[in-house]
Amino acid sequence: MKNPLHSPNLPASQQILTGFVPVESLLAHPAAPKPAVDLLELRDKLAAGRGPEFWRTLEEAAQSEEWRESSEQEFPAASEKEPTGIERRNVLKAMAASLAMAAAAACTKQPKELIVPYVKQPENVIPGIPLFYATAMSIGGYARGLLVESHLNRPTKVEGNPDHPASLGATGIFEQASVLNLYDPDRSQSVLHDGRLSTWEDFTGAFSTEAQSVKLRSGEGLAILTGATTSLTLLSQIDAILEQMPKAKWYLHEPSVNRAISSAAKKIAGRAAFVAYDLSRADVIVSLESDFLNTGPAALAYARQFSKRRNVDGGETPCRLYALESSPSVSGSLADHHIQVKSSAVPSIAYRLANACGVTGVPGVAGDAPQWLETVAQDLIGAKGRCVVLPGEFQPESVHLAAYAINAALGNIGTTVRILEGVEPENARSIEDLTNDLNSGGVETLVILGPNPVYSAPAALRFQEAIRKARFVARLGQYFDETAHLSNWHVPEAHYLESWSDSRAFDGTVTIQQPLIEPIYNGKSPHELLAILLGKPDQTAHESVKTYWKSLDKTANFDDRWKTSLHDGWVAGTAVASIGAHGPVALPEPEPEINGLEVVFRPDSTIGDGSYSNNAWLQELPKSQTKLTWDNVFLLSPKTATGLKAANGDVLQLTVAGRSIKGPAWILPGHVENSVSIQFGYGREASGRVGNGIGYNAYAIQVPDSPWIAGGSLTKTGARFPLANVQETQTMHGRKPVRTADFAEYRQHPDFATAEDKPLAAGDTLYPPQWSYTGYKWGMTIDLNSCTGCNSCIIACQAENNIPVVGKEQVAIGRHMHWIRVDRYYSGNLDNPEMFNQPVPCMHCEDAPCELVCPVGATVHSNEGLNEMVYNRCVGTRYCSNNCPYKVRRFNFFLYSDWQTPSLYGLRNPDVTVRSRGVMEKCSYCVQRIQEAKIKTEKEGRRVTDGEILTACQQVCPTQAISFGDLNDPDSKVAKLQALPRNYGLLDDLNTRPRTKYLGHVRNPNEALRGPRGDKES
Amino acid sequence: MPQLFPPSANTIAKVSIAAVVLLAGGAFSAAYIIDRGSWNTSVQVSPDQPIPFSHKHHVKDDGIDCRYCHTSVENSSYAGLPPTETCMTCHSQIWSNASLTEPIRASWSSGKSIEWTRVYDLPDFVYFNHSIHINKGIGCSTCHGKVDEMPLMYRANALNMMWCVNCHRQPEAYIRPKSEVFNIDYVYPSNQSELGPQLVKQYKVQSLTDCATCHR
Repeated sequence: MKNPLHSPNLPASQQILTGFVPVESLLAHPAAPKPAVDLLELRDKLAAGRGPEFWRTLEEAAQSEEWRESSEQEFPAASEKEPTGIERRNVLKAMAASLAMAAAAACTKQPKELIVPYVKQPENVIPGIPLFYATAMSIGGYARGLLVESHLNRPTKVEGNPDHPASLGATGIFEQASVLNLYDPDRSQSVLHDGRLSTWEDFTGAFSTEAQSVKLRSGEGLAILTGATTSLTLLSQIDAILEQMPKAKWYLHEPSVNRAISSAAKKIAGRAAFVAYDLSRADVIVSLESDFLNTGPAALAYARQFSKRRNVDGGETPCRLYALESSPSVSGSLADHHIQVKSSAVPSIAYRLANACGVTGVPGVAGDAPQWLETVAQDLIGAKGRCVVLPGEFQPESVHLAAYAINAALGNIGTTVRILEGVEPENARSIEDLTNDLNSGGVETLVILGPNPVYSAPAALRFQEAIRKARFVARLGQYFDETAHLSNWHVPEAHYLESWSDSRAFDGTVTIQQPLIEPIYNGKSPHELLAILLGKPDQTAHESVKTYWKSLDKTANFDDRWKTSLHDGWVAGTAVASIGAHGPVALPEPEPEINGLEVVFRPDSTIGDGSYSNNAWLQELPKSQTKLTWDNVFLLSPKTATGLKAANGDVLQLTVAGRSIKGPAWILPGHVENSVSIQFGYGREASGRVGNGIGYNAYAIQVPDSPWIAGGSLTKTGARFPLANVQETQTMHGRKPVRTADFAEYRQHPDFATAEDKPLAAGDTLYPPQWSYTGYKWGMTIDLNSCTGCNSCIIACQAENNIPVVGKEQVAIGRHMHWIRVDRYYSGNLDNPEMFNQPVPCMHCEDAPCELVCPVGATVHSNEGLNEMVYNRCVGTRYCSNNCPYKVRRFNFFLYSDWQTPSLYGLRNPDVTVRSRGVMEKCSYCVQRIQEAKIKTEKEGRRVTDGEILTACQQVCPTQAISFGDLNDPDSKVAKLQALPRNYGLLDDLNTRPRTKYLGHVRNPNEALRGPRGDKES
Repeated sequence: MPQLFPPSANTIAKVSIAAVVLLAGGAFSAAYIIDRGSWNTSVQVSPDQPIPFSHKHHVKDDGIDCRYCHTSVENSSYAGLPPTETCMTCHSQIWSNASLTEPIRASWSSGKSIEWTRVYDLPDFVYFNHSIHINKGIGCSTCHGKVDEMPLMYRANALNMMWCVNCHRQPEAYIRPKSEVFNIDYVYPSNQSELGPQLVKQYKVQSLTDCATCHR
């Protein structure tokens, strides 16, 4: 059976027939799809306040009988699959056999193991002590500074570089997951010539010959295609090529970057520029569909600034965020006012807002503005110089210009807004130009360094046909993907942890990207291919990068500076200057709102533009808003879904400009009406074992002229498609998991979070305290005010703790393995509810229900209050998981860890056991890091100081929402936070005395905006 | 109807009961003997090594300190096995033509590591750290025995969990002054029952028996 989502626009030869997930078996599976929820009834119920206060799924909100039944089960679908027809006698036989086998297995002698010491031990390499190297990963061309952990020269874990302006010690999900790509066995491993095995020497020979003949024609017919880049070395190489061969052309294709951002910045500054914001000085923030906390080169810095301004504990007033957006984003989930507007209406609304804020000469603003807009404008005007308007990352130039005009009119330039010199190149042509040039026969030699345009160019361009017009196509790529299939030469590309390069942060700071490992699959870097074009086929990437930097610094200090830069992870003195304020910009006519259904195109929140689609960690990472895994969907508002009579999982056909795709519907509360959001990155044909054949391909209906928004139509096909959502199990059964208050309320009742709790008095328990915790007393606090639900913690935990992926089918029946989950709760009405994010790791209860029921003592309490899981004792009864009220224990139903693939051995954290089948596991508070710090400090004869131990989730968190430390130290951050009035424990009334605590969520809505947060444009 | 069981059935029943008891006991004893014996624990078994390296010769006869080769024992979880280079510091000069040291020279010239068979091999779910034990006054010979009397290296202790926990529960019985940690001839003094607790206090040694001390 074919994947029902496969796109009819793909050539038959490339259609997907198989995928990682056996779709047939899922369709027959009792877990999916769910019967439809009556949305009309549910809306009335929620509006009348008869629904639950907090809910995660529509089924939970509806409290249907079916939901009730299944939520009582820990693994609802699995229990229905209970095998039948087994006789008692057979069970006894099986028991006897397994006993005998267990006995036999227990008698197995330890196998012989080798120790293989170095011949010459490198300096600083000490087995058992990891080293950290500073480098950078380039995302959308911009650098994220990293410190990468290396065990005996194997990179195992990525951390942010605290000294890097775009990281500040944190990372996003892509950096964390990038180590899995490094060891991906599906990466291309050899040079291919017309699909046949070849060698690098053969390629350099052929490519050098080609380069020479191109050079004789002064570059005529030579086209170089790269992704977005800020690498000064790469740009200097391209400049050199264009100088030597003036007729050569350079094109750039980065499918997830909106070119309007840089073109608007150029209009604002008069030259290449980057508009940066300082949210730490903003009292009022208006987002014009900007996901500033999660998208873009400065997102981690913005997240840190924003969370600082949301702090209420020192008595300060938090900033206020108005989020205007069509589909709830990470940033929108934190908004004080989540205002639903169609994505296509943002330009006209931005103009009206500009008009209301006193910008003169705004076109297209006749007629009355909605009341809420006046109120927002008043709030902005009241905070002149202390407010900021953020234009959406995927909005057109007009919105960026209007946002700048508002910021300028309100005196924000120089306070909350800084115009920086741009570091992106300006002279590259677009993929549309390349397609035209190919079609007109102007391109004979095409060199593709990275991008995968056959997959990721808008299908309307028909790039897969245009590329055949070139005579010689050389492609450097990490995978033998769609573009590689249509290239003459395919050269495996080195991963960023395998090759030398350089890249710049949004503020210009340069990081020299140093490799941590030799290319595992003989990968090459773009610098090496360009060096061949420049007639230097033997020049390595290291030589190219170092030569470039040496040409800038001819002093004798160069080697010292070079070493310092490599060590620190940034080159001193490379940050760019602010360009200061500028004259007014002329606003063009705003783009008209799309009447009828609009289609909003976005990169997928975990797979991005598709380049991460073979990364199983990212595939299984629940998407921030939908909490779906392994698929992309059509996001609809409840009302639009009602109009289509569509339920979650109904396959719809979406048509844009005569092209159509099919995909499953997903009803997202908070989504605007008459709008459908679709995500890139899926529908891959040549991604690899993980990414092939799942989801639909949104590029198939992308319109080149308007890549992010289009008009379209939706019809229901009648087919159903199973989806794997992680919010259907592990429910808190309405026991008020999230505590929240408005700021005004918080000021009167700072203890709002625990006001309704009736904690047990000390004497109310039959059991005397068994533990005195005289040494350390570890505890964790998660600040719900800061958590954005960005998911970085989940994937950092996965990388640190060797957590396996389980696949879509297992996720669908509640068997995902993430030790920390991020619950997304809704509260309020159906169409625009309040949103809350709640990360839930193990609570490390002082009176842990799991410990009491383990028959073999495999989960035990420690003297420091850790709830320890001993894998080698666990026999897999699952009593502990059954008895855990928080549902944070994860069971290896099968051998989920990949013990077979040799390349993945290198990935594993050697400090954490790789679990086998039949074993329970859960959050350990990163006990390996605790032990490491304790051993270090014991040797130095001192106690562990506060902040010396960072758990993986804490270290990665962009907003520092997670704190960990010693509760016995009254000066520790975690002890201070747990003493705050906002502090509460999840399900505290069960008297489990959790060590993980939460800080209640405080919102700061504008009293002048009437009604709940459900205000929307009328 | 004749009797179902003839009188001899009594004997058979009694013998059967005795046999079951004896067999069960025998099987249990055999299992115990196998489990604790050298076949299973590898105690006092010298595995084949690429070079018949003698700790006796290098430690006792030559007087080389443990840390000359096991360089990271004070800093890292691994004591460290010497790279070929360390061997060559001496063996490029002495015994530089001996056939016994040929694998060292072969490794040095080919750049290929010497592959030793692990003697002390803990299961993969046990995380042992040498440095903390060395720094807290647990001597090398406490676990590794008198390696200066081992012409070929063998395992001196069975490394089963009971053996580890025995010391973790009462470190005062095994602790020695830090100055004596590398002293292979160290003999516990007669006043260990006084000195032990005193050192435990002085070195702030904790009796760590939490599971996660070793299992993560």
